[in-house]
Amino acid sequence: MKIAFTAKGTEWESEMDPRFGRTEFILVYDDGKDEFTSFDNREIENEAHGAGPKTSQKLFEMGPEVLITGNGPGGNAATVLEKAGIKIYIGAGQMSVKEAYGAYKNNNLKEF
Amino acid sequence: MKIAIASGKGGTGKTTLSTNLTALFAETEKIVLTDLDVEEPNSGLFIKGELVKEEIKYKMIPEWKEDTCTLCGECQKNCNFHAVIQLGPQILVFPELCHSCYACSELCPTDSLPMVSQRMGTLNHYENGNISFIESRLDIGQEQAVPLIAQTNDYIDKTFDKNIVKIFDAPPGTSCPVIEATKDVDFVILITEPTPFGLHDLKLAVETMKELKKDFGVVINRYGIGNNDVVDYCEGDNIPILAKIPNSRKVAELYSKGELVYTELPEIKQEFLKIRNYILNLKINN
Repeated sequence: MKIAFTAKGTEWESEMDPRFGRTEFILVYDDGKDEFTSFDNREIENEAHGAGPKTSQKLFEMGPEVLITGNGPGGNAATVLEKAGIKIYIGAGQMSVKEAYGAYKNNNLKEF
Repeated sequence: MKIAIASGKGGTGKTTLSTNLTALFAETEKIVLTDLDVEEPNSGLFIKGELVKEEIKYKMIPEWKEDTCTLCGECQKNCNFHAVIQLGPQILVFPELCHSCYACSELCPTDSLPMVSQRMGTLNHYENGNISFIESRLDIGQEQAVPLIAQTNDYIDKTFDKNIVKIFDAPPGTSCPVIEATKDVDFVILITEPTPFGLHDLKLAVETMKELKKDFGVVINRYGIGNNDVVDYCEGDNIPILAKIPNSRKVAELYSKGELVYTELPEIKQEFLKIRNYILNLKINN
């Protein structure tokens, strides 16, 4: 299964990014293959509008079944993610990616 | 003759200046006041009149036609606002993000995104003696001020003689709505307060007006508080200071009751007269 994280880096030890639309990186962990793929989303800084839908679209292309993030997506992004059928877990904004993964595995994150 | 009253910082006195200046002009000539702060218009709290026209305003947004769409992705690629998103076999449109630019619709090879109208707000036209007052107001939930501001400007152009002085109460800030509200005017009055915050946002507004190649001047409101940095900045950059409206508790009291201030306070009226005369001089030289 593929699990996506909003993060400030591309490693297990990286801090999570609490923002969804304007996250610095999207990190996808494939637990079957035990490997990471990532997308550098930092160009989103230059977008005045529509960061949520744009990041959602990118996330959709990366094909995860689950998203782990901090504050949770806004209205427009939530619409896209819902249509894409991605399950969202929030409240991991202050953790490392590794801690966020652990919290998800132990059912300690809230479903959005 | 079009004059916009704008500011970088909010709450510096755009509406106070717009409404009082309007009433002062109306003592001697016809004047048009337009409230372009369509997200929160408030000039109408001070200027009343008889409602002579009410228009419902619509903006155009694309509507996806699934049966003819080939999912080529051109629409999503061309939307600068991410209002059109392709998600696998479907196209999602976000009307609140749409700027009605028509790019997706025009560039769609199979005409699968025709533009349809969507209600966005209202325009009300009031008359009161020498004053024509136009107020536009976005519906709750609408996020894009620009299309309504543009349509309001069109209404002004087709309704009023071009020689009448027209005052536009602009939105605050320096983003798209301010650009739309100021881009066609002859002169912009930037109103600020003499504080570090006021100066910081004034500089942003000045940069914006220079970019737009607008003639502009500054009015300092609540003069006497803060420091002298705004005056020094304007003098250093050769920006005309049209007036310095003294800080007064009485102004706040009258404003809070929805009353005009210049009629009650001679020292304030004197400053408003300076602004009026400045505008009249511009008109003669125009």
